[in-house]
Amino acid sequence: MASIFEFANPTRFMKLSGVLLPWLSAIAVLSLTAGLYLGFTCPPDYQQGDTVRIMFIHVPAAWVAMMTYGLMALASLIGLVNRHPLADVAAKTAAPLGALFTALALITGSLWGKPMWGTYWVWDGRLTSFLLLLFLYLGYIALWNAIEDETRAARAAAILALVGVVNLPIIEFSVEWWTTLHQGESIVRMGGPLIASVYLWPLGLMALGYTTLFFTLWLVRIRTEILDRRARSLMLGAT
Amino acid sequence: MRSFLTILFRDIRLATRAGGGAFLALAFFAAVATLVPLGIGSDLRLLARIAGGVLWVGAILAALLSLDRLFQPDFEDGSLDVLALSPMPLEALSLAKIAAHWITTGLALTILSPALGLLFGLPQRGYAPLVISLAIGSPTVSAIGAIAAALTLSIRRGGLILPFIVLPLLVPVVIFGASAVTGAIEGLSNGALGLLAAFSFAVTVVSPFVTAAALRLNLAG
Repeated sequence: MASIFEFANPTRFMKLSGVLLPWLSAIAVLSLTAGLYLGFTCPPDYQQGDTVRIMFIHVPAAWVAMMTYGLMALASLIGLVNRHPLADVAAKTAAPLGALFTALALITGSLWGKPMWGTYWVWDGRLTSFLLLLFLYLGYIALWNAIEDETRAARAAAILALVGVVNLPIIEFSVEWWTTLHQGESIVRMGGPLIASVYLWPLGLMALGYTTLFFTLWLVRIRTEILDRRARSLMLGAT
Repeated sequence: MRSFLTILFRDIRLATRAGGGAFLALAFFAAVATLVPLGIGSDLRLLARIAGGVLWVGAILAALLSLDRLFQPDFEDGSLDVLALSPMPLEALSLAKIAAHWITTGLALTILSPALGLLFGLPQRGYAPLVISLAIGSPTVSAIGAIAAALTLSIRRGGLILPFIVLPLLVPVVIFGASAVTGAIEGLSNGALGLLAAFSFAVTVVSPFVTAAALRLNLAG
């Protein structure tokens, strides 16, 4: 039976990921380079001017940040149900990456907000739910670091990740609902022109670049964690 | 059922006797509600407008204070192990603990809240929504808090990361609860109470199971 669980064996995982890594990182480098080049050479937007280029580093970061939470929750579920250490490692190593991409989306977003909306921060639904997403990531990381026993930490963090994934849509909904209630001066919409193909190309390339970059870093982190555990058990065996 | 009630009354007694957290939470709630006007200014019109939000935030913070002691004492002196070995399922134990925590914090805060609303010059039509929303919504604080308390059980300074875990999950409660009050003051009915009730019911039903799972992993090994 060919399933993902075949690669749950750490040795087989190390082999496969070793083959995949150069390809993934090559795609990441190429598409990021091409995306950045196209992003800098495309004509400035007639409304937003040059600031439209922030979109190319902002929007993909937000996409990857959300995707990462989904992957982390999926890995947590597998870890919790199948009790597989590799899934625990995958969930653990995804969290700091997710937090990083969330922070990147928030920072670039607020830098974009200053010239566009005249302020670094508005309590808009999107922005608020991303800030909460960052807090969820940080809480997850904090919980994992606070529990010394590794399997216990993995279980506890997995439960938290799953509670978070159930609650995320509700948080999202409540925040959207909250801002529509307070109609008026602070409502800022991301309207503007529909995206033209000169912008779509760099955006797509950057999205591909970010996604492959994430998977590259994720695989490297998982591999490092596995090697670290092996080294530790070797050291325990030597004494 | 009898063991459920025994745990419930035991926890309520523990919380209300000397060294329990119940009165501390009430005092904290009153202190927050007193400090806010001192910081913001005594403009009653402004205070009336923010009353719903401030009282809701204060109630949540006050309930958080005693959350880290929800399972901790029983875990430390070993009675949680004994309870886990008893025929009563851990889910029932969790529900009893949540109920006891809610009665000693959430319910007490709800009863105290109209008096504090008075201090904020809350308009007449705001009182009913304030009390009702606190009564419906505050069980959620105990229920979500119990999950976090069980998860952080084996951590020595668990009380420090507990609020960090709980607060993002409580966002819907704050939003629906506070806007039920604000909406009522502004004279528009916005369905916030209904949404709050839905969220609260769902969380209170699910929480004992998640809490029990978290307790189990801390008791094993």
